[in-house]
Amino acid sequence: MWNEAMLRLLLRGIGETLYMTLGATLFAYLTGLPLGLLLVVSAPDGLAPCRPVYKTLDILVNLTRSIPFLVLMISVIPFTRIIAGTSIGSTAAIVPLVLSAAPFVARLVESSIREVDPGVVEAAQSMGASVMQIVCKVLLPEAKPSLLSGAAIAVTTILGYSAMAGAVGGGGLGNIAISYGYNRYQSDIMLVTVILLILIVQLFQEIGTRASRRTDKRR
Amino acid sequence: MPQPLIEIQALYKTYSSKGGNVPALEDIHLTIDGGDIFGIIGLSGAGKSTLVRCLNFLEKPTSGTVRIDGVDLSSLTPAGLRELRRSVGMIFQQFNLMMQRTALQNVLFPLELQKADRKKSEARARELLELVGLADRAGAYPAELSGGQKQRVAIARALATGPKVLLCDEATSALDPTTTASILSLLKQINRELGLTVVIITHEMRVIESICNRVAIIDAHRIAECGPVEEIFNRPRSEAARRLILPREPARAMAGKRCIRIVFDGSSSFEPVVAGLVLEFRTPINILFADTKNVGGHAHGQMVVQLPEEEPLAERMIRSLSARGLTVEEAEGYVE
Repeated sequence: MWNEAMLRLLLRGIGETLYMTLGATLFAYLTGLPLGLLLVVSAPDGLAPCRPVYKTLDILVNLTRSIPFLVLMISVIPFTRIIAGTSIGSTAAIVPLVLSAAPFVARLVESSIREVDPGVVEAAQSMGASVMQIVCKVLLPEAKPSLLSGAAIAVTTILGYSAMAGAVGGGGLGNIAISYGYNRYQSDIMLVTVILLILIVQLFQEIGTRASRRTDKRR
Repeated sequence: MPQPLIEIQALYKTYSSKGGNVPALEDIHLTIDGGDIFGIIGLSGAGKSTLVRCLNFLEKPTSGTVRIDGVDLSSLTPAGLRELRRSVGMIFQQFNLMMQRTALQNVLFPLELQKADRKKSEARARELLELVGLADRAGAYPAELSGGQKQRVAIARALATGPKVLLCDEATSALDPTTTASILSLLKQINRELGLTVVIITHEMRVIESICNRVAIIDAHRIAECGPVEEIFNRPRSEAARRLILPREPARAMAGKRCIRIVFDGSSSFEPVVAGLVLEFRTPINILFADTKNVGGHAHGQMVVQLPEEEPLAERMIRSLSARGLTVEEAEGYVE
């Protein structure tokens, strides 16, 4: 199997997987991070409690989280066409990946921010900090180590979803595993893709854990 | 003539919960003068933490007014309130430092909020760390500091905006006795040197005795008694004050006899009062408790003694003690 064509195929698979994963993570954080902050701030015990905002976001996040990714991906195909211009390929796969990952990221961010000692927030309030200042100068920096380990979880989860996207024309390692390993019974290729996926997950997890530990001054 | 800096009038705070309204503070009236070290003491659950948070509106009172330097806090806009909070510093039992910032960066924080000039801010922050005795730990993270050092950083941080008042919410309750003493003397130094008014919330009488000049005793959501510390120590009028000042061990074995509390001030501490009494009346008396304390910079002693059962003799003993210029009062409730 180790001919040049196969190597090129695998390399392209790795490239597409990384592209989908990192691209989707980026957009998932661009939407999920503010969403998570808004959930904490507008919560009944938050800095600026606002029940309608909190309830709407809370329900929205729960709804999207309860749709299985495969179903979501297929059901939003028309929407994907509007955004990406096509429903096939890695770029198109990013759309459902973001839709599915953003609420997940929002929950991760929410739980990281909630770990920040409320006493520290109270101290900032006693010094005359505004809500925006508390979010930017207290909540985010104090939660940074936890946010980074959360990001490692997000990346690896999105990587898992991206393999599923491969099943319906998204490309990447998932696509190779299905079309060669499953449909053509080439179990050696299946094995190689599995190993590659494991290595990539390990890599991201390790980067996240290290970054989190390095920035944490609580030791 | 000291000016009133903080005025609280008819303050009520009620928390509403599912089971109905829970009162936290009822009908509070207090005046704190500029330059005071004002103690607010009470047992846990009495409402003292809520009261101190009403002074900078971290808790909004249900009704009543709070004035700081003549400004009614309830009349302020949110922005006006944030501005006012810069003139009211606050420190906490758990220090509440930002764990991901160094000592210096923590002190810089309130100045960053004001968008103050970076260079001037840093000079000021270093000056304050010097004042609290931590100039050499500027680069240390809170996790690398001891409890006392963390509280010193918190004090420097609270002073950064040049406040008129420093609110201390159980600031020494998480510290050991030696560290407590050093933090209290730092607060006293700040009060003296910077002319800062200090409000201290505590459940420990020794904190009040060692640095406060005035005290309010809060019991069951109300002010039970308020006045100069020496006066309240010598002549507690309320049940709550007695409970805090008198030792709590009940002497059941001696029940039924008459007990009195004798208070010594600086001048009478050195006379052998009890020996004199015994020699004069040729009757033994029983010392149940004796203690000396430093109240407001003066040596004070208190003693609880049990008098003979014979009423006329006991009366004469009390008169004899009063004649020596001692404060004598019945210590009911001491023997339970």
